This record gives sequence, C-alpha cells and structure tokens, in this order.
Amino acid sequence: MQPLHLDNVSASYGGARVIGPLSVTIRPGERVALVGRSGAGKSTLLGLMYDRWRAQCALLPQQLGLVETLSVFHNVYMGRLAAESTWYNLRNLAWPARREVRAVTALLEELAMADKLRARVGELSGGQRQRVAAARAIYQGAQMLLADEPVSALDGPLAEVTMRALTSNYATAVLAMHDVELALRFTDRVVGIGDGVVMVDEASSRLRAADLLPLYRGEGETAAGAADTLDDSALSARL
Amino acid sequence: MLQSAAVRTTLGFVVVALICLAFADLGISTSDPWIDLGRFVAGFVTPDFMAVDELGVAVIRTLAFAITGVALAVVAGFFLALLFRFRVVRVFCAFVRAIHELFWALIFLQFFGFHPLSGVLAIAIPFAGVFGKVYAEILDESDALPERSLPHGTGTLAAYLFTRIPLSWPHLVRYTSYRLECGLRSSAILGFVGLPTLGFYLESSFSEGYYSEVGALLIVFYVLIATLRLWLRPRLLPLYLLAAPFLLGSGLPIVWSNVGRFFTEDIVPAPLQDGAGWAGMGPWLHEVLINQALPGIWHTVVLTQIALVATGLLALLAFPLISRHFTGMLGGTLGHVLLVVFRSTPEYMLAFILLQMWGPSMLPAVVALAIHNGGIISHLIGHRSNEIELRRDASRGLSRYAFEILPRVYGPFLAFLFYRWEIIMRETAILGMLGITTLGFYVDSAISEIRFDRAMVLILITALLNIGVDALARYLRRRLDLRSTPSLEP
Repeated sequence: MQPLHLDNVSASYGGARVIGPLSVTIRPGERVALVGRSGAGKSTLLGLMYDRWRAQCALLPQQLGLVETLSVFHNVYMGRLAAESTWYNLRNLAWPARREVRAVTALLEELAMADKLRARVGELSGGQRQRVAAARAIYQGAQMLLADEPVSALDGPLAEVTMRALTSNYATAVLAMHDVELALRFTDRVVGIGDGVVMVDEASSRLRAADLLPLYRGEGETAAGAADTLDDSALSARL
Repeated sequence: MLQSAAVRTTLGFVVVALICLAFADLGISTSDPWIDLGRFVAGFVTPDFMAVDELGVAVIRTLAFAITGVALAVVAGFFLALLFRFRVVRVFCAFVRAIHELFWALIFLQFFGFHPLSGVLAIAIPFAGVFGKVYAEILDESDALPERSLPHGTGTLAAYLFTRIPLSWPHLVRYTSYRLECGLRSSAILGFVGLPTLGFYLESSFSEGYYSEVGALLIVFYVLIATLRLWLRPRLLPLYLLAAPFLLGSGLPIVWSNVGRFFTEDIVPAPLQDGAGWAGMGPWLHEVLINQALPGIWHTVVLTQIALVATGLLALLAFPLISRHFTGMLGGTLGHVLLVVFRSTPEYMLAFILLQMWGPSMLPAVVALAIHNGGIISHLIGHRSNEIELRRDASRGLSRYAFEILPRVYGPFLAFLFYRWEIIMRETAILGMLGITTLGFYVDSAISEIRFDRAMVLILITALLNIGVDALARYLRRRLDLRSTPSLEP
C-alpha cells in the first residue's frame, strides 16, 4: 500500500466553504485521529477521503448505515459482499454458512455481544448498533478503515473494547473522534481541524489533551459572544 | 385565494369539465330506470347463493387468475425495478401499463384463444409495468447510507438484496398486497370478455334478469376483498402460489397456427395484405384516424375530464365520513363500510350494471368512475385527515371542514387525484367496450369486424394518450410542488 495524499482539497456546502484548502498524507501502518469541535469539517474530510480511496477502504459512518430489518449476522456479513460471489451472498442471506457464522460470532465475542448474533438490528440499543457497525467494518478486512465517531454511543470499558478491536484489526485507519483521551491512547498521530484547515498535526505520544484545547475554543459559544470567558477548567470538564 | 396555484389549477379543471358537459350525452334512455334500480336493490337484499350453480368455481377461478397473474408480475416487476435507471426499461414499463388489462386480454384471446394463459398474461403484463415503476420508486426512497457503506465492488443484485430490499420490505409487502386487491378486480372483469371468472357469471345472470344471483355474486366479491387480510397470510402464501396455476381451469387448447397467423396476417395493416403496398397505407391510416381514432379520442377526453372532476367532488364530500374530526364511532364504521363498497367495485362492473338500468350514455360511466375512484381518494385523504391534531377549541362542523381540515389535506388530495387521472383515462377508454363511444368502442367493433390491424392501431393510440396524460399529471404535480409518491396508495 502506497501513502495516500490529499492535496489542497476543499469542500463547500451551499456556497459556503466548509473545509480547505488543506493537504494531508496518510501513511500505511499509521492510525490517525481527526479531532476538532463539532462542525469543524471532520465528517466532510472523511467523506472526501472515502470518495477518493473507496476501493481500499472500509467505511464506518456516523449514522452507521445498518439495515434494521436484517439480523446482526447479516449486517456484519455485509462487509464481505464484494469479496464473495453473488450466489454465495444470496445463499448466506437465506441460509448462513457455518464458516461465516463462526467467523462473525468470534468477532462479536471480541465486542462482547455474541449473544445478539441472530437478533434484528432494529431491536438493539444505540451502543449495540454501533458495535454491529464496527464489526461490519472489521469483517470487511479492507486495507484501511475510515470511521466517523466510532464509539460515540459507548461508555467506559465498551468504548475501550471497541477501539481496541478496530485498531488491532486495522493498522491503517483514520478515525474522527470527539473523545480526545481515547484518541490519544489508540492512535499514532493526531490531526486537529479548525476553521476548515489543519491546525495540529503531531504524533500522539507527544501530545497531551490540554494541547488540543485551542481547537475547541468557542465551542458552545452563545450569541452574546462569550467565547473568551471560557476558562481552562470548563473546557477540560467537557473534554 | 385566487393567488394560490392549487386553487387556480382546480378552477381550470372545473371549467374544462363544464365545457365538456356541453358536449356530453348524459341522458337516461330507458323508459323506467327506477324500476330496474329497484329490482337490482331488491336482488341485492335478497341474494340467492344457491341459484348460481358455479359460484364456488367462479370464486376459485377469479382468485387463481389474480394470484397467478400478480405473482408473475411481481417477479418480472422486481427485475424491471432493478433496471429502472435505463430509459428503455422506463419506456417499456410506461407502455405496457398504459394498455388496459381488458385490451391485453382481447389481444391474447386472439392468438391463444380461451386458454388460461390469455387471462394470466392479461393481468401479468400491465401489472409488471406498474410493479417495475412503483418498486423502483419505493427502493429509491429507502435510506441510501447502508448501500454506500458496503464494500467497494459489491454486485448490484447483492447490494439490493442486502440493503435496499430489506429496508423497504414493509412498503413493498403493503404495496404488493394492495395490488393483489387490484388484481382480484381485474380478474373479475376478465369474465366480461369470456374468461371463466366472476364477471362472466355476472354478465349472464344480468342478461337473464336474475337479480338475486347478481346480488349473491357481488356480495361474495365484496366479502372476498374485505376479508383479504384474514385469508392472505404470509404462511399460506406458498400454498396459494402452488395451487393457483392448477385452478385456472383447462379452457381450450392453444392453436399454434393462430399464434403465427396473428403476427403474419391479423395485425398486418390491410393495404399491405391486399397488395396495395405502402402506397395504400396513407389512405388506410387516414381513414382509421379520422373516422375512428379522432371521435374516440374526443369522447375519451370529454368523459375523462368530467369523470375526474366528479371523482374529486365525491372524494371531498365523502372523506369526512371516515374522518374522526367529523364522525363518531358508529358513523365512522358505517362510513368505512360504504367506502369499502365504493372502492371495491370495479368501474367496469359498476358501469355495466348502471348501463343496463339507464341505457347507453356517458352518465353510467361518469357515475361508475366517480364512485370507484372517489371511494379510493376519500379513503386516502380521510386517513390523512386523521393524522391532523386540532387545537381543542377548534371550530366545528362546516367551519372546521373549510378552515381547519380542507386546507391541510388539499395538497395530498390533488396529488392523489392527478395520480388517478391516468387510471381514469385508461378505464374511460375501456368502458367503450360497453357501448359508450370512447376508444374502447372502436377497438371492440374493429375486433368484432375481424380487423385486428385497425384494433392494434387504436390500442396503440390509447396507450399513447395515457402516457401523455401521465406526463401532464406529473408535470402538474411537480409545478404545484405536490409530493409525487404514488407508492403511498393504500
């Protein structure tokens, strides 16, 4: 796998520029966290990456993209649709193969939800759904993972378990994260987006959560313009 | 009010209908229509289920033709829907559904004869066109994200089967079961051209004046449709699908030489057969167009426009019957029963009955079209009105109707009405086979004169007219910014 480059890309919504122009390079074997306040353009940037590199990426979108009327097994199996023949796919839709069931079960065990293998996704909680989507992305076994807030609905140990599963299965990944602590622990490099451009690009080992605070300045700002009154303790509480 | 595009469009339609009224023959020609109506009602309240020897057979045949035809159409429609992004598929679907089931039946009877295949294909072909379009629309409306999240390189079929189809499954099932109800109506009226379904027995009972038999047949038909939900169970479906093809009856064997003759002789334009060659085509086509097509088109359009406005009027008057903002428990239930009867009666059957009683004119057709289509639309907007939450001190009675409810349901009302426009025109053309001089009349007489070349040209013209009206309706829906989702039909 070659390093992947974005050169001077930009994106706009309804005439207003959301991000760019910016440039990023993703090197193989590198897990990158995208951080920045909400609305900074993390999802847009991930979308741009997916549009360019889709042949080698597994996508884990923020809205998950699950099919609620199908079972957990089928939703996870969907990661392999491109790798298998149409007949094998149809056969698994009607009558899951034992080999696939075993593989999917093992993966779900890793995510602490093997008991839900045959449950319909529509019956699951938000956190469970998020883990199903993560399992699908892992099952795809692509060269690289693009994940948008992959653990936003998970708390404490489950967030850790899911992050570990994602990062141990994908050596190369770009993950948009809002939990800075988790981002620093599970990734090798942090790219901070602010005002549509790259404001921070540093190895995770050399950063502390506090170093990223400037990215979040102004988040939750009121119309009265209270941005500068936020002190550091208020910010770290939110982070 | 006049600034509103919806109101101006409505007034335009009303004015056109009033002008059409001046040209329409709406008289009652029978000497004593009320006595016949009285006999008919008397037959309806004293149904004689014993009198029709083959009532059971009629019901089974009607079900078998509907189920087999619709099942074939579902399979074909599914694949058409997957390919619907290709223009050629869209045009094909529009064309086959623009030709009425009865016209298809007339064509197939010509070359397959009274073989069950004629009836099955007469339902399956136009229904496949409808399924192709509506399935494609339903699949299109499902959430696109799961498909986008699939691995790059996933095959089209696998992508549909794993994402779009399961996502829209409930809608697909609901629409398909609604179409089965339509299929039952189509199957019943196929009897009017001689296939062994309910319409066949209805026509013969009527012509012999056995009104109690007519009553029994109609009641059985209503019960069949009203209890659809009870007998149409997913678990019983395989049984129905396996049994239906064997219950079509044997009919008459296919004479394959007829099939060949149909294509090589019957539908070849007369001048080419007589040796007059292409030079003779001009006068021949001119004759068909001037003497048959033009009067046929004119009467079809006149009748359609009157029936469309009558349908709208009836729908607006009738929907409060099932709206909780106007009726209580009892009234609502009665209203539901009335509207079920209205919409379950096929236009063709109703027009046939009214025509027997009132004599040939446009009146029976207008009333039949308005009752059936008005019943469907008032059912839909009645349900829509029940979703409206009124403030507790909202006005009552007529003021509530005019100020609170009507303005809120008028958009959907127009959308549904425009959607039915094409359907009303399709039906109007076919009602000609009962003796009203719309296009179907000229098709029917061409066939009885054994001039299939002429009949085919007229059927083709009918199809083009329907496609044109459909395009116009779509344009109006878009211009008035009405949500155009016919898949919302029941």
